[in-house]
Amino acid sequence: MKALDVSGAVKQYGNLRALGGVDLAVEEGEFFALLGPNGAGKTTLISALAGLVRLSEGTIRVMGHDVVDDYRNARRMVGVVPQEIVFDPFFSVREVLRIQSGYFGLRNNDAWIDELLENLDLTSKANANMRQLSGGMKRRVLVAQALVHKPPLIVLDEPTAGVDVELRQGLWAFIRSLNQRGHTILLTTHYLEEAETLCNRIAMLKAGRVVALDDTKTLLRAVDGHALRVKIEGPLPAGLPASERDGEWYVWAADSYDVLVDRLGALRAAGVKISEFEVGQPDLERVFVEVMRRAA
Amino acid sequence: MNAPETRQRLVQLAEESSGSGFRTLLYKEVLRFWKVAFQTVAAPVLSAVLYLMIFGNVLAPHVRVYGEIPYIAFIVPGLVMMSVLQNSFANSSSSLIQSKITGNLVFVLLPPISYREFFCAYVIAAVIRGLAVGVGVWLVSLLFVQIPLANALWILVFAILGGALLATLGVIAGIWAEKFDQLATFQNFLIMPLTMLAGVFYSVHSLPAFWGAVSHLNPFFFMIDGFRYGFFGVSDASPWLSLAIVLVFLAVLSVLTLRLLAKGWKLRG
Repeated sequence: MKALDVSGAVKQYGNLRALGGVDLAVEEGEFFALLGPNGAGKTTLISALAGLVRLSEGTIRVMGHDVVDDYRNARRMVGVVPQEIVFDPFFSVREVLRIQSGYFGLRNNDAWIDELLENLDLTSKANANMRQLSGGMKRRVLVAQALVHKPPLIVLDEPTAGVDVELRQGLWAFIRSLNQRGHTILLTTHYLEEAETLCNRIAMLKAGRVVALDDTKTLLRAVDGHALRVKIEGPLPAGLPASERDGEWYVWAADSYDVLVDRLGALRAAGVKISEFEVGQPDLERVFVEVMRRAA
Repeated sequence: MNAPETRQRLVQLAEESSGSGFRTLLYKEVLRFWKVAFQTVAAPVLSAVLYLMIFGNVLAPHVRVYGEIPYIAFIVPGLVMMSVLQNSFANSSSSLIQSKITGNLVFVLLPPISYREFFCAYVIAAVIRGLAVGVGVWLVSLLFVQIPLANALWILVFAILGGALLATLGVIAGIWAEKFDQLATFQNFLIMPLTMLAGVFYSVHSLPAFWGAVSHLNPFFFMIDGFRYGFFGVSDASPWLSLAIVLVFLAVLSVLTLRLLAKGWKLRG
């Protein structure tokens, strides 16, 4: 079964087309990233799958349940961590989590709430009013709220914005363990290294359209991801033009290590004296920039 | 990648959590005003008691109401009902606009709560606050004047239906308003004048014929008049007519509000 199945999703706000016909499927158990620049339609798509926004055209199914026609079952299957830090100032952390459980019909959920508090390092703040928490703590409460009903699909809309490094690592360790325990994760983030490290598949959106969708490894290979950076003494031979020049560095880009090894060999064969060299790994940021450039 | 059986178990768990969120939403809404009861219950009781003490004493020699009923006793049911109506409206409208502006309404919109459950929870919680304030005003007023209880059932029916009507208006206003300013406009230019001109402090029979007739166009008049009938057994209009009018208004507003909620008006973009 698909955890998420988006078909022909269009969302029109007046003259603005926030989603221009998105087709997307996330398989159960995946750790999936949805990337794109601001205004690409990521949050609109997440809002639509969560029932916060109604599509102008198309359908979305969560664990096989249509988010409009079968909204009750669809919403039981999904937990959303919203992008904005929002909270109810009337209640303590524990009250917030008990109330959120109750919204899903779960009355005796304290064991799981305690586990969430522990894993999100909030146990000491369980009885503190939400107003007393720092921004990072409030964000972790948002994560806990999204997880109170143990949803098979967890949607994280930029969950680490404003969270310090230590807490971010703790949060990802917890989310990764949830993924290993069977939860499907859909993540949006502007920290591309997080998506690269965590996600097995990535979709990139631009102007409401999917412009790239593939395994993370395949995507990384799709652009000339490997780069040979070399500093030499003397001029570069005319027959060996570099892909680009970065200060004193000559850079050759290629989609495999073999090409770079050949390039290095050619330099040595041409008698070039190499003073320094390094091999850059393919990174998602380059892929992202290239995909966005091509989609322009 | 994780084991399919674990994933299947998660789906099963989610499907099993089929209970309704209505009870919790109602509980949350009641808890919300109860946590700040000094502001949401005690303060309006004090305001109403000040009205009672000032108007009850200042206007008493100048206003004639029903036969032998003292003026200060006459205005108590009006003040109680005014408190019920205004606080029912204030509860649903302020809760919704606060949640919208702070963004935490998303916690209510994400779970599997139907629009009918949403409507009922906000309206019932608002009526509970209205009744809490109304009972408070009534109890405190007993310190100043003895008030008869001709028919407690009429009192209860009008208090609940009137509170529900204003709570429903509050739901519409809370969803419609995008700023506190807009809500204040709704409250100060619609709710307050209609309440004050509904015979809280006077009997419409004491008005000139024209203004008496105008008062009969005000639905708030029938809520207060019917409620007062429960105390004194006399009223300006037949309590059955008042009941019918309140029921019609409540039904029309409820249907309208439910349709707006079903469409996700201003809540689900």
